[in-house]
Amino acid sequence: MLQPKTLFDKIWSRHAILEREDGATLLFIDRLLVHEGSRRSFKVLHDKGLRVRRPDCVFGTPDHYAPTTTRNVAEIDQPERRAMVESLSANAQAEGFALFGLDDPRQGIVHVIGPEQGITLPGITLVCGDSHTATHGAFGALAFGIGSSEGTHVLATQTLWQRKPKRMRITIDGRLSPGIVAKDIILTIIAKITASGAGGYAIEYAGSTIRDLSPEGRLTICNMSIEAGAKFGMIAPDETIYAYLKDRPYAPRGENWEQATAYWRTLPSDPEAVFDREVVLDAAEIEPMVTWGTSPEDATPVTGSVPDPSNLRDSERRSNMLRALDYMGLEPGMRLADLAFDRVFIGSCTNSRIEDLRAASKIALNSRAVIPALVVPGSGLVKRQAEAEGLDRIFKDAGFQWGEAGCSMCVAMNGDIVAPRERCASTSNRNFIGRQGPGARTHLMSPAMAAAVAVSGKLVDIRELAGASYAEG
Amino acid sequence: MQKVNSVEAVALPLSLSNIDTDQILPARFLLKSRKDGLSQYLFHDLRFNQDGSEIAEFPLNHKPYRDARIIVTDRNFGCGSSREHAVWALYDYGFRVAIAPSFGDIFLNNSYQNGLLPIVVSAVQAAEWRGQLQAAPGAHMSVDLQRQCITGPNGVSITFEIDSFRKRCLLNGLDDIGFTLDLVDSIAAFEKEYRGNMSWLEPEERAAEASAP
Repeated sequence: MLQPKTLFDKIWSRHAILEREDGATLLFIDRLLVHEGSRRSFKVLHDKGLRVRRPDCVFGTPDHYAPTTTRNVAEIDQPERRAMVESLSANAQAEGFALFGLDDPRQGIVHVIGPEQGITLPGITLVCGDSHTATHGAFGALAFGIGSSEGTHVLATQTLWQRKPKRMRITIDGRLSPGIVAKDIILTIIAKITASGAGGYAIEYAGSTIRDLSPEGRLTICNMSIEAGAKFGMIAPDETIYAYLKDRPYAPRGENWEQATAYWRTLPSDPEAVFDREVVLDAAEIEPMVTWGTSPEDATPVTGSVPDPSNLRDSERRSNMLRALDYMGLEPGMRLADLAFDRVFIGSCTNSRIEDLRAASKIALNSRAVIPALVVPGSGLVKRQAEAEGLDRIFKDAGFQWGEAGCSMCVAMNGDIVAPRERCASTSNRNFIGRQGPGARTHLMSPAMAAAVAVSGKLVDIRELAGASYAEG
Repeated sequence: MQKVNSVEAVALPLSLSNIDTDQILPARFLLKSRKDGLSQYLFHDLRFNQDGSEIAEFPLNHKPYRDARIIVTDRNFGCGSSREHAVWALYDYGFRVAIAPSFGDIFLNNSYQNGLLPIVVSAVQAAEWRGQLQAAPGAHMSVDLQRQCITGPNGVSITFEIDSFRKRCLLNGLDDIGFTLDLVDSIAAFEKEYRGNMSWLEPEERAAEASAP
């Protein structure tokens, strides 16, 4: 009898070319996504006199430096940023890979357009020079972030050396309370296992709660695996994913579709497969979550208070917490509900998909933003869909700014920044010191919660707003 | 990549956990190339006030630590963004060894590619060394990669683990690409079988922009 295998192991072994003496495996890579930040990977490739081995497996789009206000490269006023966007186009032209440029309606955040175009598929290996690449694991792909040198390695060889990580399964069963969404699940997980808790592991998210999530919700969960320390995060593919992928531009079709789905159905972990670590959560206990500190592990229910460092016995941990509270402008014991916010950002590879915008727009409808609020769709096609549904009108009527697709204020590289000491409610993935701009104070939360902050200036327990109508659709 | 072997130098204690790559090199400096001198931006917002003056409390601004080549820190060093600039900034400042209870997984791979030796030790050991270094600013530590041995500020040595392959690459200043290009026949043979059996995977675009999000 065959040894039971996990989803991860099945994909890993199918892509293993050979093993090195130290146990590292040379993996075949099916898809490489590139963005402006990949410039150095190409430069080193060309400096070595090498070319791209499989340009048909490379897909590029500008996202980190993509401006929120224009789709015209020439209108990027800062020359260094403009040069980053232009270098991606030049490399695409020189090497002949597919580019979704700034003026292409398919442009967007790499982790939004991969699934949207059907570039992301179950059972494949997919890498990108971005730490949030585990996002694509939501479709049952083995996807992970890489550095610039590893990017050059993939361009040159279509392979990568990796050591096999340990396997962790996080199982969540049961029904979520009304208003609780994927963002609350993943923040709960990170708070429980810490920002380094899954370091060295590949996570598989499992259980009925995960299976009940939409493709968008699953993408949100896997997206933040890295914030728990895991380079890999994945979910077994199922009918929900197949239905989403069917007829996508780059998805297989016809006879190929039949072959693909037959293969995909063999991928889920065998019932007897063994994981190195098991974590179990009860969906009914998950509350609306928000971060108070400077690491995504500093997450707590919205009804909670700022923790008190004097309760910590370890002096280094105490000084770490004091430093976080000082940066965030918080006092121990303050109720989170009493915090006054200055700004809202709804977007990023975590929460910029159509479902996220629909959830936020329900709160914005017939209401009025009392602080500056920026909504940035994850792709040109998400933007187009939202506009077809009239969501842009809802946001604009409520005084929200409606932007062009890109990473925007999540990483503050395109000029969209949070000012020093401003408190920002953000649907992004990192509340790191300086992430949204020097001195910026970021609180992570779901799209509906962020929209609620925009119209009230304060955190709101989303469960108290019209109850069940905010249940995830 | 430069060869790495033994380092004996001032060690910098940094008693912070979860130092992410945004703190090691803030995103706004990613527009700079390595030849612009990334070391001036290392730990920028921890080192400098907004007016450019030094933040007195940050240890790298203390005279005894300025020539540090070894950093001893806390769990999850280099978590966050995959930016290799974080490793380049550390390396170009002069750091050759980073010691911590755990590292960000992507940062770890980036370090090996650039001659920065990451060493995992127990949380207790790292805390003990940080305490000793704080008590005697400017104290030296030494790391011998060949012998896989670290000597603490108090002169006591321990051994550490490293993959034999990684060790050889660091000792000889080799990166992965040259090694892998020698395996091109194995890769081509794999690819032929793989493409034959997984033909559904051949990327093939259908319509220019037919998709809904």
